[in-house]
Amino acid sequence: MKTRSALLLGSLSAALVAFALTSPRVVAADKVDPAADAKAFQNFFFQKFPEVKHEDFVNGPYSMNADMKRQWQEKEEFPPYEFALDAGKEMFATPFKNGKTYADCFPNGGVGIRQTYPYFDEKEGKVVTLELALNRCREANGEQPYSYVKDEMASLTAYMAFTSRGKPMDIRIPDDPRALAAFENGKRYFYTRRGQMNFSCASCHVQSPGERIRAEVLAPALGILNAMPIYRSEWSGMGTISRRFVTCNSQTRAVPLEPQSDEYRDVEYFLSYVANGLPISGPGARP
Amino acid sequence: MKRSLPLAMLLALSLAPAARAANEADYKAAYATAEAASKEAAGLRNQWTTTVTTLAAARKAADGGDFDRATAAAREAEALAKASIFQANSEKDAWKAMEIR
Repeated sequence: MKTRSALLLGSLSAALVAFALTSPRVVAADKVDPAADAKAFQNFFFQKFPEVKHEDFVNGPYSMNADMKRQWQEKEEFPPYEFALDAGKEMFATPFKNGKTYADCFPNGGVGIRQTYPYFDEKEGKVVTLELALNRCREANGEQPYSYVKDEMASLTAYMAFTSRGKPMDIRIPDDPRALAAFENGKRYFYTRRGQMNFSCASCHVQSPGERIRAEVLAPALGILNAMPIYRSEWSGMGTISRRFVTCNSQTRAVPLEPQSDEYRDVEYFLSYVANGLPISGPGARP
Repeated sequence: MKRSLPLAMLLALSLAPAARAANEADYKAAYATAEAASKEAAGLRNQWTTTVTTLAAARKAADGGDFDRATAAAREAEALAKASIFQANSEKDAWKAMEIR
């Protein structure tokens, strides 16, 4: 009897010790910690693909496939996004009807600032993307907003990305519970399965980068937005980050959200933050 | 005993409701149920494209007077919408299993 009591007491003590040791970890895991998330995110890809140079992840599928990379490097001599880049440069410099330009809306005249977008606007309490800031600039100057998914918006962001090429992504998350909530919401969106195909963003871009899905090689999630906007052969044209999210949703048979909805803004915030330190490579070209 | 089995089967068959073609009322009831489920899915920000297209197919069949096909499509749309609602609710916690930590 004594032996049984001792065993029971010992088991209970062991269980209590185990609970005491594990419970702080559970609490810590539930706490929003963007820095720890970014570190874990980057380490996952660095360890999964040890042969890929860290700065090369921003080149998407080309970092995963040597043949594709060689073809892309040749294409870069006459890149398909060049027309959009030239158009964007001209549009950026052309004054609005009131005489002002895009440069008046952005720090440093809008040159070399792509790596700081999206940012958290503490006045609005929401994430502001570059595409949103561009349209707000237009509207503030009496112009009609552009479509978020292609054409003019892609050209403008292509030019702005080009002026930031090589600069490391530099997204800040202020010490504001709303900013942390936006980051967490973006993370949740990224990992949540949706659509009839039951895919999350992570199903393709975390679990399967480098694998083929039909004829395409899937890009890693790390640095996936650093190359935006992109010329996509599949689209026969340019596309913005908004377009990328919309088409990803459609491909999983989920009805896409409105471009620049809170969810898309937040997932852009999350993906950009976890790519901090990796260079801007946009505009890009993809199959 | 040998004779009672066929008799019992005959009785069962005669009592079973005969399959009949769907009418407009069947379609309208099925469509209303499917539409309600579809709206719930949209409210959860998790509408499936297939729910939308299947609902549209139901409307098109009904417009053409094919209520069998229309009712079947509406019921399929309801099943799709319900699956998307289940997905949205289960993913409220399930997404964490995918997270890189």
